[in-house]
Amino acid sequence: MVVKLVSKNFDIPEAYTLDVARENGRYASLEKLFSMSPDEVTSEVEKSGLRGKGGGGAHTGEKWRLIPKNNTKPVYLVINADEGEPGTFKDRQILEFDPHLLIEGIICSSYAIGAHHAYVYIRGEYVFWMNRLQHAIDEAYSAGILGERILGHNYALEITVHKGAGAYICGEKTALLESLEGKRGHPRLKPKGKEPEWFFGNPTVVNNVETIASVPYIISEGYGAYQMYGTKESPGTMLFGISGHVERPGVYELPYGVSMKEVIYDLCGGIKNGKKLKAIIPGGSSVQILRADEIEDITLDYESLKAHGSALGTGGMIVMDETVSIPEVMKNLFEFYHHESCGQCTPCREGTGWVDRILAKILAGKGSKEDYQTILDACDMLNGKTICVFAPSVAFIAQSYLKKFKEEFEALLK
Amino acid sequence: MNTFSFNHENEEKFNALLTRYPDKSSLMLPSLWMAQYQEGWISLDAMQYIAKKLECSAMDVYSVASFYTMFNLQPIGTYHLQLCKTLSCMLAGAKTLQEHLQNRLGIKAGQTSEDGKFTLSLVECLGSCGTSPCMRLNDDYIENLTIEKLDALLEELQNGR
Ligand SMILES: Cc1cc2nc3c(=O)[nH]c(=O)nc-3n(C[C@H](O)[C@H](O)[C@H](O)COP(=O)(O)O)c2cc1C
Ligand code: SF4
Ligand code: FES
Repeated sequence: MVVKLVSKNFDIPEAYTLDVARENGRYASLEKLFSMSPDEVTSEVEKSGLRGKGGGGAHTGEKWRLIPKNNTKPVYLVINADEGEPGTFKDRQILEFDPHLLIEGIICSSYAIGAHHAYVYIRGEYVFWMNRLQHAIDEAYSAGILGERILGHNYALEITVHKGAGAYICGEKTALLESLEGKRGHPRLKPKGKEPEWFFGNPTVVNNVETIASVPYIISEGYGAYQMYGTKESPGTMLFGISGHVERPGVYELPYGVSMKEVIYDLCGGIKNGKKLKAIIPGGSSVQILRADEIEDITLDYESLKAHGSALGTGGMIVMDETVSIPEVMKNLFEFYHHESCGQCTPCREGTGWVDRILAKILAGKGSKEDYQTILDACDMLNGKTICVFAPSVAFIAQSYLKKFKEEFEALLK
Repeated sequence: MNTFSFNHENEEKFNALLTRYPDKSSLMLPSLWMAQYQEGWISLDAMQYIAKKLECSAMDVYSVASFYTMFNLQPIGTYHLQLCKTLSCMLAGAKTLQEHLQNRLGIKAGQTSEDGKFTLSLVECLGSCGTSPCMRLNDDYIENLTIEKLDALLEELQNGR
């Protein structure tokens, strides 16, 4: 089931050092890269169908095309290594086991969009992984793989690692850029049409770590090779992180389209201690929960999960057994969302706290039928009236908990 | 009189970073980090100093510093235990670990022990859900936590590591 395009070197000892990385194929795509024009590189990525691994699944090539053609300003590539979505722990595997793969991907992608400086915005807690990456970057500079003339080619690139400071919302790309500009991590209003992102008014692309780490394979092997894996709409592979009540939690690289059941019962060894499955959150905590009886036909790709009323998100799956109390799970997540709301929009700032308080009341056995309804009303308030998609996602997940596990909530109500 | 200034090493780091961004306002988070590593926390003096360096108001610095949970605007203990409380860790028994820690240290989450040795914080998902439960001890991750592991660690820290 497992296919190792991105995770190929994860098990090789010391593949995070330049020498071992090079022995195992790292930076091999660069000769081909520099024989292509930037436009050809973008086309290759476009044709591969590569989709963003940060949660949204946007087409990477299309996004790169948003950099204006006649642009005279500097262009920037920003790598999103904020990895804060509960249930998600995949990008750190790349940073830990194969940081040179990320650097190689950054070179390919920067070249394609015409950037000469790339920033890696990494969550403040990831000190170990930041040091790993910085060490790899230093090695690359010493070997002439970064800097003025990359491997003797007429192309210059700098990489700077930027440390976040503990704010989940800074994973949202515009909040991330605000933070990189030295401000509070407040998401920006979305423009009407399609535009690139902007860093100090300069056109910028923001991509997830894993997205960028997927690029070297596409450059060296060609888009056709990438499309051999996955489905028509979701080509290629993704690093799925499985946590919670399974026998073998961990990160597995899988082609899109594999059966969710097989992943849980075969690859991950089934539910821990022989218990029964109750529910799964399939793509990080911000996607709708699925009941055990809903997963029968689900395959791990954007289309299938959408059709089943949830989303693939970050591929971070949280598995829960029959002993879990769903109202408690929902309370746990609302504490998270209340804490992490950036506070710009009143419905989000107040609504998340309000729902959290009602849930506390319900769990204390003091909730009434009206309280259940009040949460649903609060969801209407959260949806569609805010600057970023944080609040609507929270509304959708709340509705999924309340509706799919109604009896469990009702059993707690007076 | 402002009593804070960057030490030599941080001063050099600051100057090197100036060349790496289109605008020096990007040095806000790096500067706050340098101040925190230098002193253990970020004082008002440090914020005023940073404001001068970045040519902005002290209020701008405070507004940013107070937004991010990892910046300590008050002194904290020598050992900062940051236990993850989010879903995957909760499923793996984080609550029990929290109670155990509170009992052993005699403090609640959010507090610092009287001897100034330990601060206990509950934090949101650390990105270690597959190796939960998990916590950070200062900048280090400790994963697949158990009561036994915690006890051994506390023992070591109490005897001054
Ligand atoms: C609240 C919120 C949090 C997010 N957190 C992350 C994150 O931690 N890492 C990430 O790569 N993308 C995150 N995203 C998605 C980013 O906004 C953005 O879409 C992504 O980084 C783009 O890269 P990709 O197209 O390569 O996936 C988040 C989005 C939202 C709304
Ligand atoms: S929806 Fe919430 S997180 Fe997003 S900008 Fe508004 S307050 Fe901030
Ligand atoms: S929930 Fe604790 S590390 Fe993710």
